[in-house]
Amino acid sequence: MTYPTSLDVERIRKDFPVLSRELPGGRPLVYLDSGNSSQKPTPVVETVREHLAMHYSNVGRAMHALGAESTEAYESARDKVAAFIGAPSRDEVIFTKNASEALNLVAHAFGPHLWGSSGEGADPRFALGPGDEIVISEMEHHSNIVPWQLLVQRTGATLKWFGVTEEGRLDLSNLDELVTERTKIVSIAHQSNVLGTVNPVADVLRRAREVGALVMLDASQSVPHHPVDMAGLGVDFVAFTGHKMLGPSGIGVLWGRGELLDAMPPFLGGGEMIEAVWMDHSTYAPIPHKFEAGTPPIVEAIGLGAAVDYLQGIGMDAIEAHERELTAYALEALREVPTLRLIGPDTLDRRGATLSFTLEGIHPHDVGQILDDSFGIAVRVGHHCARPLHLRFGIPATTRASFYLYNTTGEIDALVRGLHHVQKVFA
Amino acid sequence: MIGESMYQELILEHYKHPQGRGLREPYDAEVHHVNPTCGDEITLRVKVGDAGRIEDVSYDGQGCSISQAAASVLHELTAGSTVEETLSVVDEFTRLMQGRGQVEADEDVLGDAVAFAGVAKFPARVKCALLSWMAYKDAVVRSASR
Repeated sequence: MTYPTSLDVERIRKDFPVLSRELPGGRPLVYLDSGNSSQKPTPVVETVREHLAMHYSNVGRAMHALGAESTEAYESARDKVAAFIGAPSRDEVIFTKNASEALNLVAHAFGPHLWGSSGEGADPRFALGPGDEIVISEMEHHSNIVPWQLLVQRTGATLKWFGVTEEGRLDLSNLDELVTERTKIVSIAHQSNVLGTVNPVADVLRRAREVGALVMLDASQSVPHHPVDMAGLGVDFVAFTGHKMLGPSGIGVLWGRGELLDAMPPFLGGGEMIEAVWMDHSTYAPIPHKFEAGTPPIVEAIGLGAAVDYLQGIGMDAIEAHERELTAYALEALREVPTLRLIGPDTLDRRGATLSFTLEGIHPHDVGQILDDSFGIAVRVGHHCARPLHLRFGIPATTRASFYLYNTTGEIDALVRGLHHVQKVFA
Repeated sequence: MIGESMYQELILEHYKHPQGRGLREPYDAEVHHVNPTCGDEITLRVKVGDAGRIEDVSYDGQGCSISQAAASVLHELTAGSTVEETLSVVDEFTRLMQGRGQVEADEDVLGDAVAFAGVAKFPARVKCALLSWMAYKDAVVRSASR
């Protein structure tokens, strides 16, 4: 079976200098770990270098030419990201340091606190205490589990979660019992970082709206790989990170509905997030700056803007189609490896280009080590920051291959050859 | 093929055919150690007999080939030796593992454990090799304080 793709992968690979380097021992690099972090194309590297070399200054505060240039570049990165994700307003795009910070920022908004000295600004949608509930899922990355655990520990609220089916789908059979009038927010992965599963957001959203709960998506694994539209999704908050979408590390994004962001208390206090400060109280800047205390990751944001330009130049539809082709090829190819157990959907139906698996009798750390040392194949091994999901499947760890726009079917062939070799070593 | 030096034949043999695996009675002390970064774990028991001689080291656990083979080699090396002798082997093994590949192994002291020399070049795997040996040291200390 073939799927049409308009990607000229060989040309794209030339934009990523690292892909043509050799590892010690003359091994060519086969990079199948983009779900962990993606490589960076020359335009991103050059944009960051050019800004640091010629335009750098602090943003928002400096009254001089470089300050203006830096501010202009930083804020235009926000415009690019807003357009890329179909945000109704650019002010709804908050720059954070990563997706984890974006998730923590939203979790922090909930609680019994009445912010402002006389309680003005407190919003019942964010009031949380004993009897209130938060719903997540068993397939979450730790960054969409721990902030909510900390929140319920602070407030006495209750944490609940969707289970995961044997096939690796969100188990919605008890949706109505799980998401109830007591639920304040449902926060789930848009796409699982282990299973590759793309979750049925609309079903969850429908129930959440019935009961008046907010909905947040951890879109770290979806925004880099699919066309994603905030208005179309209809949820309240979305978190994702720059380094998985060809941008630098140290820059993440929280998108939220403006009206909610306005109602939320600040997260971190500091410079630039204020309107006016007295010794005993402060008033706060409007969004997005209310949530961007201190000097932000300036060049990282600008680099993310360049990454967004690059992705749009290729086209997210084309990238999605290419990854779909790779996934189809890999699902087929991995089937030929004896004792390989795929953890996650084994068809193309509602899944992305992330494939996790086990090999009978061989620990993933040994698999990863031999793939790397013998063939230069970079995969991720371990629990991928999703330990509860691995416990659910009764395994300590998996080997994970994750693909992106620059990967080829030839690299999947190399992976399969590598796995056969691993099995020979441990036979 | 730089890394397969880590997977010495002897290590693979111990991994495929672990010696002394399984938890046995009687024992003086039992410990449970985990490596949180990779989830490897081991439960290990020590039985010390007359004149401070190790009668049995029994263990059970899960993990990569390095951690499991290291436990198997440990079982073989400790059998019949005095606690004191085994602790000097543990010290030498620890020195080798933490030597970043720069330390010359003393084969007279280490015996089969010298096969793990290649692991020292892989910082991420050193803890795998040391897991059972650290558990053993802990168990011996506990058995002495009983």
